[in-house]
Amino acid sequence: MTRYALHPQVGLRDEAFGALAYHYGSRRLTFLNDARLVTVVRTVADHDDVDAALAAAGVPDRRRAAYLTALQRLADAEILTCE
Amino acid sequence: MRVTDRMSRGLDAPICLTWELTYGCNLACVHCLSSSGRRDPRELTTDECATVIDDLAAMQVFYVNIGGGEPTLRPDFWELLDHAVGRKVGVKFSTNGSRITRSAATRLAATDYVDVQISIDGADAATNDAIRGAGSFDVATTAMRHLADAGFGEFKVSVVVTRDNVSQLDDFAALADSFGAQLRLTRLRPSGRGAEVWDALHVTAEQQRDLYTWLLAHPRVLTGDSFFHLSALGEPLPGLNLCGAGRVVCLIDPVGDVYACPFVLHDQFKAGTVRSAGGFADVWRTSPLFLSLREPESPGACASCGSYDACRGGCMAAKFFTGLPLDGPDPECVHGHGEAALLAASGAGRPSAGSGHTRSGPVPVAIGRRPA
Repeated sequence: MTRYALHPQVGLRDEAFGALAYHYGSRRLTFLNDARLVTVVRTVADHDDVDAALAAAGVPDRRRAAYLTALQRLADAEILTCE
Repeated sequence: MRVTDRMSRGLDAPICLTWELTYGCNLACVHCLSSSGRRDPRELTTDECATVIDDLAAMQVFYVNIGGGEPTLRPDFWELLDHAVGRKVGVKFSTNGSRITRSAATRLAATDYVDVQISIDGADAATNDAIRGAGSFDVATTAMRHLADAGFGEFKVSVVVTRDNVSQLDDFAALADSFGAQLRLTRLRPSGRGAEVWDALHVTAEQQRDLYTWLLAHPRVLTGDSFFHLSALGEPLPGLNLCGAGRVVCLIDPVGDVYACPFVLHDQFKAGTVRSAGGFADVWRTSPLFLSLREPESPGACASCGSYDACRGGCMAAKFFTGLPLDGPDPECVHGHGEAALLAASGAGRPSAGSGHTRSGPVPVAIGRRPA
């Protein structure tokens, strides 16, 4: 199963709408527009797998697919590392 | 809610903070936004600057744009750069290149979280030096060579677009390419000494349309969201396309005063000072000026225009320093509404920018090269 972690070159800053993620290498800014997604991004590396991280963040089952897609997008943008 | 709407309500900390470190400069560019020249005796001390950096780190400001004046003229410039980088506050600094020696370039290439922006305003010496002073093109391109030779990577070549250089956009792109650099174009503002030359140097309506087309065709060229007023011509340009003043952007000047953006160094847009008890964070979060800028805007005279959602009325600083009402069209409104408003305003209402820190008397225009 895919394992994600926050990219070591990324800074994450909470905002009222969710969070801003800044990649110090590419100097790109990404908007995370959902508080649960921010929680998942922050904690995903601490869990055994993505499912556990989503459950712990309170993501309902019916929305799992959307969150998995969002996480893959964040990996593509190098906000998350992926192995 | 759209991202732009969220941005316009303001953020917990700025995304894009400009910090002019000194009013001292060894050039005297005719369009200088900060009317720089002489250092100000009240400029922040090294310790005060370090405190500002610590505050920015605590607020998780990801990076700061350092400028001036010529920031590298401060004897503590490199110390402050290291302090910022050590706190994970990235630094992008603007320079005329005069202090980017081979050894400075090597040092910069070895430092993470640093980006360098070298300013030129013409793709050849004649066009550039007419704005920035004799010899300044050679100095800037020498610095670019040093950065390229040192393996710095993709630094920035920064150009203020004027009536005289707008025909050179392809040449600027080629020049930046030749050094492995990225081109950055920004808008000429009637701020600082720019107020005196704006009428003669701002791009014409026809040039604006060509510029817009060129920018759409060159999406890798950076603009700092400078030209969002051109989005009223059709497809929006890349970027947030809104005025970020006091919402996502602000400026700290060399004496620690905080302004809504780098282009409005005027009392009316001063939010406070980093020297106050609460420091920068308190100014950003509680200044009445910033709180009012984060309120929903009134489209004013632009309400009936179909393009308002695209251009949001344009640039506050450009309006202010050309004497136009802030809730009306930008002086360079692509539909010509600003031109009409300027005719009616006839310049009588333009606020005085003063001479700022412009050096009096003869200005040394040749900046000496260091001995090889």
